[in-house]
Amino acid sequence: MADLDLDVSAPLGGGVWRFPADRPLVLDSGARIGGLEIAYQTYGSLNEDGTNAVLICHALTGDQYVASTHPATGKPGWWTRLVGPGKPIDPARHFVICSNVVGGCMGSTGPASTNPATGQAWGLSFPIITIADMVRAQAMLIDALGVDTLLAVVGGSMGGMQVQQWAVDYPQRVFSAVVVASTSRHSAQNIAFHEVGRQAIMADPEWRGGAYAAQGSRPEKGLAVARMSAHITYLSEPALQRKFGRELQRDGLSWGFDADFQVESYLRHQGAAFVDRFDANSYLYITRAMDYFDLAAPHGGVLANAFKAARDVRFCVLSFTSDWLYPSSESRHIVRALTAAGCRAAFAEIDSDKGHDAFLLDEPVMDAALTGFMASVERERGIGR
Amino acid sequence: MLVMIREDFREILRLVRPGARVLDVGCGEGALLELLTREKEIDGRGLEISAHGVAACMARGLSVVQGDADQDLDHFPDKTFDYAVLSQTLQATRNPRHVLDELLRIADRAIVSFPNFGHWRVRWSLISRGRMPETKALPMPWWSTPNIHLCTLADFMALTEDLGVRVDASAAFAGNGPARPIDPTTALENWRSETCLFLLSRGAPAERVEPSAVSGDLLIP
Repeated sequence: MADLDLDVSAPLGGGVWRFPADRPLVLDSGARIGGLEIAYQTYGSLNEDGTNAVLICHALTGDQYVASTHPATGKPGWWTRLVGPGKPIDPARHFVICSNVVGGCMGSTGPASTNPATGQAWGLSFPIITIADMVRAQAMLIDALGVDTLLAVVGGSMGGMQVQQWAVDYPQRVFSAVVVASTSRHSAQNIAFHEVGRQAIMADPEWRGGAYAAQGSRPEKGLAVARMSAHITYLSEPALQRKFGRELQRDGLSWGFDADFQVESYLRHQGAAFVDRFDANSYLYITRAMDYFDLAAPHGGVLANAFKAARDVRFCVLSFTSDWLYPSSESRHIVRALTAAGCRAAFAEIDSDKGHDAFLLDEPVMDAALTGFMASVERERGIGR
Repeated sequence: MLVMIREDFREILRLVRPGARVLDVGCGEGALLELLTREKEIDGRGLEISAHGVAACMARGLSVVQGDADQDLDHFPDKTFDYAVLSQTLQATRNPRHVLDELLRIADRAIVSFPNFGHWRVRWSLISRGRMPETKALPMPWWSTPNIHLCTLADFMALTEDLGVRVDASAAFAGNGPARPIDPTTALENWRSETCLFLLSRGAPAERVEPSAVSGDLLIP
């Protein structure tokens, strides 16, 4: 990294980058966030031509620790299957960047951050954010990292929404875009599930109108329920059946409401583990951003019109057969719009019974498709292997 | 490694204008698209029904979408391509008439090849054995073949007439032998053409392209 002759302001490797107060993040809602802080990680280094930067966009409850141990949980990075030595995205060849989204709670400015005006946590006084706002903040970060164009923007689920937004808002800065298990807008069912989660949080007496931080409490029960209901949508019936079936925790039934079934105890564990690493208000803001996301809306409701600006971006769209949160039909809708807009699109529906979470799991066909796609965009971009 | 080019691919390679926009419907693992990209610098896209084929295409750096000819052609805008290629796939579509119509909506020209059910071997097999033919061009038994709408050269000509489609060029192949120019209006051709390939259009009459007379295997490193 030392041999790079770059005007890099934000430090490589990662940390929290604070933007000067005179460079606020301007939000879709019209609000501005001055002194924006974005937490991020980088792996590898930018090549001399500045052509090998890859931005990874995380999903709803993800974070910047895409390929390194999570400081709170001690678990490996969430996408070490795809990012790492010998993987499709390899720090030996790529300058990998992953940031925590604005509104998040792993170091980026969000509702849990301190509002400089009051000295208290923002809570519900934090402005509503959108997927485009997240992307705008990422663009500010890659500027600060001295990156002009991105070889690829890659993301699954909410990350895939950001990838599409990147291609539409900054087509000249995006060489290729990888959208995995995602959608161009939420269905009524998607919004409905998110609403259940939000209502669970807000129904928790410890939520206290969103001002729980100031009052020294945490809506852990509500947040855990939100996570439990969402987690079901990330799996598939065959995957749940295979993993748990109707197996019991112990001999016989409790004849009460203890977690008799293994699946109950699994969900309780998922909920309990989640509250240790996630902020309830962040969950409200980010799910709202996803519900508001509708890429076609500013383009007369025609998705192809949104993608017209991105005609030179090479797209790779992947979906999974058992994903019922963002089913393949959503990906096909994106691909048809890309086709109609004259974009270069590759699309594969991967046979998997692991549901939406398949994008985080062992799916060799996904690995192979991404390896091939990355190799081809590197060739086109003139990056030697 | 030397790779021998399929005879129909060689003919398609000859027909396609350099730098053209080409859609290969049923592109498999992308061999033809890759060949056209390398030799004619085309701007290629593909449509392929199998995930395995699409993944192989992605690895070759090709823009290929998983989908099928019967449903997904409808989503392409008019005149998106200079050529739409349908190589040995027409007989496996549910609605060949619609597919052919769509090809010439989304592209100026269509290149279509199919096994001729009027070939003498097919006729002989039916007459002599009374069984569904299994030939080199139609190698699978009736119960496992993906071919659901087989036709003869004469049937195809009738369909092109019905659709108001003009034949700009035509060629026949037998086995992996060299392409032979054919006159599809002659009855004899329906007997002796094992596989037929057509360049079709809807526009003003174009210069008729004669199939290549040169034979010998084209070897590509």
